[in-house]
Amino acid sequence: MTIVLFSVWILLNNSFNPIILIIGVGVSVSIALLLCNKCSVFNQIKLSPKSFVYSIVFTFVFLIELIKSNFDVAYRVISPKLPINPGIVKVKTTLTSEIGRMILANSITLTPGTLSIDIHEEFIYVHWINVEDRDVDAATEAIVNKFEKYLKEIYG
Amino acid sequence: MVEQLLNISAIIILISVLLSLYRFIKGPTSFDRIAAFDTMTISTIGLIGIISYLSGRIIYIDIAIVYGLLSFLGVIIISKYLEKSL
Amino acid sequence: METLKLIGAIIVLLGSIFLLLGSLGLVRMPDLFTRIQAGTKASTLGTMLTLVGIIFITPNWTGKLIILILFVLITNPISSHVLARAAHFSKIKLSDKTIIDQLADDGIEDKEKEKINNNKE
Repeated sequence: MTIVLFSVWILLNNSFNPIILIIGVGVSVSIALLLCNKCSVFNQIKLSPKSFVYSIVFTFVFLIELIKSNFDVAYRVISPKLPINPGIVKVKTTLTSEIGRMILANSITLTPGTLSIDIHEEFIYVHWINVEDRDVDAATEAIVNKFEKYLKEIYG
Repeated sequence: MVEQLLNISAIIILISVLLSLYRFIKGPTSFDRIAAFDTMTISTIGLIGIISYLSGRIIYIDIAIVYGLLSFLGVIIISKYLEKSL
Repeated sequence: METLKLIGAIIVLLGSIFLLLGSLGLVRMPDLFTRIQAGTKASTLGTMLTLVGIIFITPNWTGKLIILILFVLITNPISSHVLARAAHFSKIKLSDKTIIDQLADDGIEDKEKEKINNNKE
């Protein structure tokens, strides 16, 4: 928590003046001490070289999916017949930690043609702009799996 | 050359803000209006970035950060209110 | 240096075109959820590309612009998710082309509504 706040402070001030650095350390440590009753979500991140490599790979996979999704949206918007076939399907996730699920839901929202609507126990309900399969397992295969294998290594 | 390209992109972003304003005025339900508001504010953040380069003031970036924060909070609070679970 | 600026300006132009496509989708799409999809995705990448282009043009401002990019990347999917959840909860009509709605079929939301009503009483 302290590290996150301190790096935000450095990026915001954009300088390495010693006075600014000392103020930044003081402010971030005191905020972390005051408010850190609930920040146990950060402890679920596994700190190992393997998870570090996996998170870099995940970032690249995510950016590629984001760009693909934009071309998908552009194609659907420009083409005059509006080729959409929408529906709400449910997919299954095996992630257990809170932060892993949050990142998974956000990634689903930003990938081609899907928008996560609700999480209930182990199912995520997804609005799919072009439904290919109504079955739970097949939809899981198409939407979730490409992210889940990386997030499982990082967050467990 | 660079400044001309930036001016053209500022005009394109203004057109897109006008299109979302059309949806904001016409939208049949209030949820459509919130979705249009969300898109409009996010586009305006990009516009503020361009304007801050053209006028050469870094302080506008801070304004963009606070603007994004307020629009995020506004969207979440209004949708929680409409969901009747606030 | 000059070519770097030119690359940045072209990236900004690309981002603004994505923003234009996103709001065009907002106007053309038939129902609320597809509108949210078009709006969220295109506006996220459009704004990110615009700010990345400005990083290329003025490298001195990198820190604040990176914070702004991360902020947009994190908050935009969350707000659209909350909006979609609220809309589905209050039974906004889906478009005629919709072929399946498993969330309404499972009836989870009706139970939550009953719980809220019981709390009010």
